[in-house]
Amino acid sequence: MKFTTEFRDAKLAQGLVEAIRRKITRPWVIMEICGGQTHAILRYGLDEILPPGIELVHGPGCPVCVTPLEQIDRAVWIASQPGVIFTSFGDMLRVPGSDKDLFSVRAAGGDVRVVYSPLDAVRIAQQNPDRQVVFFAVGFETTAPANAMSVLQAQALGLRNFSVLVSHVRVPPAMHAILSSPGCRVQGFLAAGHVCTVMGYHEYPPIAGQYGTPITVTGFEPVDILRGIQLTIEMLESGRVQVANAYPRVVTFEGSRPAQDVIRRVFTGCDRQWRGIGMIPDSGWKLRPEFAEFDAEVRFPVSEIQTREPEDCIAGQILQGLKKPFQCPAFGTRCTPEHPLGATMVSSEGACAGYYRYHRDRHNLTEEPVSA
Amino acid sequence: MTMKPENQSLQSVNIEGPVCPTPLPHNDRIVLGHGSGGRMSHDLIARTFFAAFSNPALTARDDAARLLTSSGEQLAISTDSHVVSPLFFPGGDIGRLAVCGTVNDVAMLGAEPLWLTAGFILEEGLEIETLQRVVASMQAAAQEAGVQIVAGDTKVVQKGKADGLFITTTGIGVIRPGVNISGAGARSGDVVIISGPIGDHGIAVLQARGELGFDSDICSDTAPLNGLVSALLSANAAAVHVLRDPTRGGLATTLNEIARQSQVGILLEEDRIPVRPAVAAACEMLGFDPLYVANEGKLVAIVAPHAAQDVLDAMRSHAYGTEAAIIGRVEAGAPGQVLMKTAIGGTRVVDMLAGEMLPRIC
Repeated sequence: MKFTTEFRDAKLAQGLVEAIRRKITRPWVIMEICGGQTHAILRYGLDEILPPGIELVHGPGCPVCVTPLEQIDRAVWIASQPGVIFTSFGDMLRVPGSDKDLFSVRAAGGDVRVVYSPLDAVRIAQQNPDRQVVFFAVGFETTAPANAMSVLQAQALGLRNFSVLVSHVRVPPAMHAILSSPGCRVQGFLAAGHVCTVMGYHEYPPIAGQYGTPITVTGFEPVDILRGIQLTIEMLESGRVQVANAYPRVVTFEGSRPAQDVIRRVFTGCDRQWRGIGMIPDSGWKLRPEFAEFDAEVRFPVSEIQTREPEDCIAGQILQGLKKPFQCPAFGTRCTPEHPLGATMVSSEGACAGYYRYHRDRHNLTEEPVSA
Repeated sequence: MTMKPENQSLQSVNIEGPVCPTPLPHNDRIVLGHGSGGRMSHDLIARTFFAAFSNPALTARDDAARLLTSSGEQLAISTDSHVVSPLFFPGGDIGRLAVCGTVNDVAMLGAEPLWLTAGFILEEGLEIETLQRVVASMQAAAQEAGVQIVAGDTKVVQKGKADGLFITTTGIGVIRPGVNISGAGARSGDVVIISGPIGDHGIAVLQARGELGFDSDICSDTAPLNGLVSALLSANAAAVHVLRDPTRGGLATTLNEIARQSQVGILLEEDRIPVRPAVAAACEMLGFDPLYVANEGKLVAIVAPHAAQDVLDAMRSHAYGTEAAIIGRVEAGAPGQVLMKTAIGGTRVVDMLAGEMLPRIC
């Protein structure tokens, strides 16, 4: 497939691994921010072919994993109301709230629909004027422009029955939080290429400078990721603290101005809880006050919902790169993709799900046969 | 490293403490994932149906049951319900699907399918003309497969209690003498063959639902495979150890079933698995893996190595197997697991589909 297979080329990949091997003189810890990168690394076995000195730790860049429990509970509550059509990206249906997920709501008769784009949700609102249509606007900077656009479009269409439940998070504050946490082992970052496609990478030089941590804007195909690792290792080995761009075919320094404009028109900064990590100041976006009529948290009485994070699982440490999924006692036994204990096992981009799907074999976890 | 003042709230987060939700096993109510064909389906079947109906023909877990008559003949019998939406899609319709699905399940025991029965659940308001088109398509598929639809049943339910039309078919066939094919038959050293490109049906149906958001010319592969089975068995019947059609749950789920039934490992080679460029592109965009996307006209054959080339040649000479390919081999190690050598040179586990296949967020 054009523009994809080229970046999955085995010879190119081997060449990059060889170049990294020649350069590396001591162990390094590199964090890939994005869950999409984590999955590519595990899916293609990149961590297996890298020199042993490189430890990749998995960052918090999975929107499904870090969406706070109270927003899941609010989604479940709203979706359970009669007359509501609740629309969401597919992944979010499996994320457990305090005691229910959106699948359970659907099974109990709720109208929960998977959409591929928030604009589909706007269309559903147009087609169902007598129903309240709510879109679950989660994600990083990547999904924010289209989510913002859905609100602008609903406004332009004069829709009175469309609202969004917003839970947007941003990458740079999370990088600050990780780098300033006492147990931080991260020495270099692979920044999330899709986020940078929207936002550019002008926010990163101050972070790199402040913590002395090189950052490389990195894509998602095997060759992209290896190139990102190569540039990061070169900076680490030579003591240079810079921001490199290993994804220049997509990412520019400034990013997409029109996309950023749309985000700014609709959203404004806010503090945000990250599931498994905690409150990170100024790390999210919420709707601007002038769009309050499209805010599901205003339209529905959800502010008083009590949440309850159950015990178990180490997703918090995994999301901060402190632990690997197989270090969790529940991994692969009590906690599996269909019976997830934690958000990192729920999402197709979650680190635990990635390890479970692709590398269970390395950790002696054979599955129990289905009992008759 | 010192804490920056604006991050002080992080210090109060106890990352060693409880941070995660309780499991939601969905044991008390049916959710769509129970119908995915993946592990949730298997769990449901084991806990509910096997627990109640347990008998050797059922718990053999093959696509069809193998039954011995008093006269010594071996019969294969299988039943399959069809609930596809929309009823008509590029490359097929619910009628063709209902005939082919059951014909194929019977054929996967190495049987020659002979007769089908069909049960129709019709929703009030369904246009008779639609039903007639579906029935005509069933007859055409039955003719192509060389089977007769010999009995049937019709029920009508109130508007809203069904989705237009559901069809259940049951098929009976006679297992050829000297043929011993089952999911438990894979042996170390055997070769894994797929009859053609994977994922066409699942993507064609998504497209027909208007869920792709773009146009393509992907057609469902819905086809009766008993002719292809005859062709490959005539090459070397004794060397064919397993046949199975990877429908819901896709190739990955089918191979996991075989690996468990046979207690063997299966090692795939990623770059040998045929996927049409349009299907691969659609999967890339939606965040699906073609290994988990449904097929309705493909089969997996697991064959003794000495006969692999003959069987492959026989498959390729049949209209429904022209793009057949060897995609891996059976190994003694890692029993019950499917591994894949990636195009880049790493190795990974290929798991069974867990629950419902969900498009990724970004």
